[in-house]
Amino acid sequence: MDTTTGTPTTAATDDEGAEISAPDAAQRADQHLHLLRPDDDVPPGGHVTILAGGLSHERDVSLRSGRRVAESLRAAGLEVTVHDVDADLLPFLDANRPDVVWPLLHGASGEDGSIRDVLELVGVPYVGTGPRESRAAWSKPVAKSVVLGAGLCTPEYVTLPQSLFRELGAQPVLDAVVARLGLPLVVKPTHGGSALGVTLVERADQLPRAMVDCFAYGEVALIERAVRGVELAVSVVDLGHGPEALPPVEIVTSGPYDFDARYNPGRTEYFAPARLDEDVLSIVRAVAVRAHEALGLRDLSRTDVILDPDGVVQFLEVNVAPGMTETSLLPQAARAAGLDLGRLYRSIVNAHVRH
Amino acid sequence: MRASEIRALFAVANRPEVVSLAGGMPYLEGLPLDQIADTMQRLVATRGATALQYGSGQGDETLRERILDVVRLEGIDCHPDDVVVTTGSQQALDLVTRIFIDPGDVVVAEAPSYVGALGVFRSYQADVVHVPLDEHGLVPDALEETLSRLAAEGRRVKLLYTVPNFHNPAGVTLTAERRPRVLEIAQRYGVLVIEDNPYGLLGFDGQTLPALRSLDEDGVLYLGSFSKTFAPGYRVGWVVAPHAVREKLVLASESAILCPSNASQLAIASYLDTCDWKGQIKQFRELYRERRDAMVGALSEHLPSARWTVPDGGFYTWVQLPEGLDARSMLPRAVTARVAYVPGTAFYADGTGSSHVRLSYCFPTPERIREGVRRLAGVVNAEQELVEIFGTNAELDPDVTDVENPSPNLA
Repeated sequence: MDTTTGTPTTAATDDEGAEISAPDAAQRADQHLHLLRPDDDVPPGGHVTILAGGLSHERDVSLRSGRRVAESLRAAGLEVTVHDVDADLLPFLDANRPDVVWPLLHGASGEDGSIRDVLELVGVPYVGTGPRESRAAWSKPVAKSVVLGAGLCTPEYVTLPQSLFRELGAQPVLDAVVARLGLPLVVKPTHGGSALGVTLVERADQLPRAMVDCFAYGEVALIERAVRGVELAVSVVDLGHGPEALPPVEIVTSGPYDFDARYNPGRTEYFAPARLDEDVLSIVRAVAVRAHEALGLRDLSRTDVILDPDGVVQFLEVNVAPGMTETSLLPQAARAAGLDLGRLYRSIVNAHVRH
Repeated sequence: MRASEIRALFAVANRPEVVSLAGGMPYLEGLPLDQIADTMQRLVATRGATALQYGSGQGDETLRERILDVVRLEGIDCHPDDVVVTTGSQQALDLVTRIFIDPGDVVVAEAPSYVGALGVFRSYQADVVHVPLDEHGLVPDALEETLSRLAAEGRRVKLLYTVPNFHNPAGVTLTAERRPRVLEIAQRYGVLVIEDNPYGLLGFDGQTLPALRSLDEDGVLYLGSFSKTFAPGYRVGWVVAPHAVREKLVLASESAILCPSNASQLAIASYLDTCDWKGQIKQFRELYRERRDAMVGALSEHLPSARWTVPDGGFYTWVQLPEGLDARSMLPRAVTARVAYVPGTAFYADGTGSSHVRLSYCFPTPERIREGVRRLAGVVNAEQELVEIFGTNAELDPDVTDVENPSPNLA
């Protein structure tokens, strides 16, 4: 059984091993106010193709994200086509040669790097992280071990494939998990977003059911110690001047922050920026920027963390294709920073063209 | 798993790679589209100013006369004045519920029951009490027992909602022998019967059973529809109602929508006048029978560990999964395997039903149906293995107030 323990520290360290001090982080974070520089106002006059849909469990969310970003970009003066990932895509790209492709695909080929591999194969520039880095970030255990290596903290966890339960029998393995990690636990598929297949397990007798629900989405489960605390989502944007964190968004739900809570307005309360002291916010931002850098992400990402009662920022997971729906977190963070979404998205496209 | 998650999973169902056995779209490619186009063209050219104008709240009189020809096939003898045209029979359900139900009133419905009706009842805060059905439809003794118990509890039962023919989702038909008995029980307890009958003319052996309305003029509200026998895009359904109720329906409909679409009504009246609509229904019966055979054959071949109903008409078969499987938990695995179905919990107001799935055979071709069932069998086997490892059982739907049905435009 592969167990990994996060090292609790109150602040992350940067590449040189020095602690990120709050003022330094705050200074970096304040840059978001300058995200949109005057030169970003120049429309590229180009054509953007948004990829949305796909054949994943998150198709619906992706379609919604795609429509939202397309609307914003059109309002900002760009020519935008939304295309599904299907047999017509490559002929379409070949015939139209868009200036930039923006994959707004959630789950499966959209985030596991494979679509990005194909975009590189056909030589079309695209927004977002490259294939290899996407693949690493898409795997929750790989992402956790990378950020651990970068000095961040993450809840203790195990990754267990379904086949192992078949070989060893379910109960002894689950007993060992509870003995080691305690309760409550979070069970989730190692790959996938939108909290699909995720269960918060309060009692040991809920574990078998949680495993069944998880394995319906994927072959391997990640079980981690559930950390109580302030749930935060931190979006990071890089417009060509280095990654900068937008204001962290605090998430308060009556129950678990599950799929329903994410996409149905009303079940969740968001606070953007989070109701935390400025120096704590700065540390949270720095953690997200650190995760973005450590994983080699490009253009934009969203890191989900929990601020535990000891003030430790616990990394949960990162998204290379953050949701862009009407209730999604990156758009909320951008608005909290006073940014116009159309201009921000256009700047992401512009910055990318300049890369 | 919450309903919103289930609805989101249905998003893949319209992709061509996915065999959807989830939706309820009729197969329209067999319609004589050229002929219909001519009819529509002529309608707008010659009577456009009428077709595009407001119409009567009760519905176009010519169409109501033509509807009598349709319902006569099921033994209903009524007057055009008894007919109220609605925007699909779904609107009729809404109007009837609005008129009769106060919050907390009881609606008795089959177990399982049509998901769209349960949604309407829920929105008017009716309390749905299920009565079991078997291979012969609603069980009269169980109905009697339930109504007697509810009466003893002092509950006010207003409606009995039933889909007597080729039930959605159960695929069964209320036998001719049981029909008078069901009506007698309902009458004795003072309960109005809502007979929802979209599939009645789609019996595979060509036989049409007498409608409940044909046996009881005053105790039955009959809901009919052109959606399955012609085309759902026009959104035309109707109610055959006793006089006292009919006036209320017209007023309620006027307050909701002013009038049903005149263009749709005149188009359907023209279709009934100029096209061989009975021949078209016969074609549909043959087409759907072939698909039912494909479905049942594939289930026998690939999924012998399950049990299913063999419908004599309509669109659906109701499948009981091997023990311990939960149809909702299994849905993501099905989506990965490129097959979709509706989990049974959608068809119950009490959270049960997770041991069943509804499979539709109306839209996919026989070849696709066989492939879909083959994929589903792989999903069931994999899920069974998982349940053997973890020893879990199907559980109650944690939130029965959610809507779990796919959108109507789902394949």
